[in-house]
Amino acid sequence: MEQKFRQAKTGKLMIEILPDKCDFCGCCVGVCPEDAIELKEAIISIIDERCTNCAKCVWSCPIEVLKFNKEGVFAY
Amino acid sequence: MKNYYDIIVVGAGPAGSVAARFAAEQGVSVLMLEKDRDVGYPVRCGEAISKAGVEEFIPSDDKWIAARINKFSLNSPDKTEVIIEFQDAGYVLERRIFDYELAKKAADAGAEILTRAYVNGLLFENDKVAGVKYEFRGEQKEAKAKIVIGADGVESRVGRWAGLKTYVHFRNMECCTQVTAANIKVDSETLYFYFGKNVAPGGYFWVFPKGNNIANIGLGVSGIVGKDKSALSYLNDFINQHYSNAPILTSIAGGVPSSITLEKISAPGIMLVGDAARQVNPLSGGGIASGMIGGSIAGKIAGQAIKSNNLDLILSYDKAWHERLGKRHEIFERIKNGIFNFSDEKFNKIARSFNKIPYEKRTLGRLFATALVNQPSLLMDIAKVFVV
Repeated sequence: MEQKFRQAKTGKLMIEILPDKCDFCGCCVGVCPEDAIELKEAIISIIDERCTNCAKCVWSCPIEVLKFNKEGVFAY
Repeated sequence: MKNYYDIIVVGAGPAGSVAARFAAEQGVSVLMLEKDRDVGYPVRCGEAISKAGVEEFIPSDDKWIAARINKFSLNSPDKTEVIIEFQDAGYVLERRIFDYELAKKAADAGAEILTRAYVNGLLFENDKVAGVKYEFRGEQKEAKAKIVIGADGVESRVGRWAGLKTYVHFRNMECCTQVTAANIKVDSETLYFYFGKNVAPGGYFWVFPKGNNIANIGLGVSGIVGKDKSALSYLNDFINQHYSNAPILTSIAGGVPSSITLEKISAPGIMLVGDAARQVNPLSGGGIASGMIGGSIAGKIAGQAIKSNNLDLILSYDKAWHERLGKRHEIFERIKNGIFNFSDEKFNKIARSFNKIPYEKRTLGRLFATALVNQPSLLMDIAKVFVV
């Protein structure tokens, strides 16, 4: 159920990183309460099992790299 | 490359390099791991620092000084300009060279350095941190150490893995973006700051000269602001308005953890320094000098702990940092919170009333005192950290 909540109806994750836009600055990693984002030199990814969709990373991204798929919210 | 060291430092920014140097100078074995391929690059910083902050750790050198600063220009929303003069205030750095030189100093002291080494976990023995797991050119490796120093920046995870609470509340994260642009005609000895809800609410906009009409132009806003409008969007607005045709030489993003230091910055086998420990000055957002100070204290204590074979000594780092700068940062945090929500009118009023003070008597302390004149408890704080 929790896992379902994390997925958008479209099959997309609710929080998505657009890697082509990313500068790999680590701002999102710093504000993530769940240690759910991993940043290597120029590879960034969300650790799906840990993400709770709190969106703090989306708000904190200086350059609009993270996206919140609102249409993906399940109505439980 | 050995697989056992006395001390492993994760991250080769200024805090990590100074920690590695101060530890290695005591004759213990030190390995410093950097995830990027170059020390000092990419730069994630406005690059301004006070002269005193630099010279405690490295003699000034023209090869990493882009501009010498002796004036601040602080601009309110209605364009009232406040100028404050300093003698030998500081520099705008070339961080890519500066960081590199600091790492060289660590190497000179005997530290080993490895780039493209991405630390992705810690080793534990009896609940104590006992080394790191890292990826190097696609291969997973391990190195043991008696002490791990996490200097892994705003994105620090080393502390979390060791059980320290390192997460930054997004209100305290200054989300920054900056371009280095050419054809910017500004005074090359002045740092320019802009305030107000249209340019950088809850933060500030900066134009820092780098000589030859090149400047770092950027801003930081709280994560709370980013909910409605991103730093990038503010930057684009400002550039379109003021420097629409300026060639952009670099463009970067970054996060500045502008809070007080973490509650705990050491635990058995682990110490945190620099942005990883949240050792940034929460008022200015400056973190190079304070990170180097944190690094030096940690490096020194770590070296002593190894030499005296008393690893519990590293737990004294928290107090040593708190005495040296941690306490001051708490004061800076209170001042920041005092001005955080000021309206544009308030900024304009402060600027006009400050400009009535005779030019030679204008100081930063007086400016903050003018700004917070109605908050007596903060006036006492200002007197503790500024010359008023």
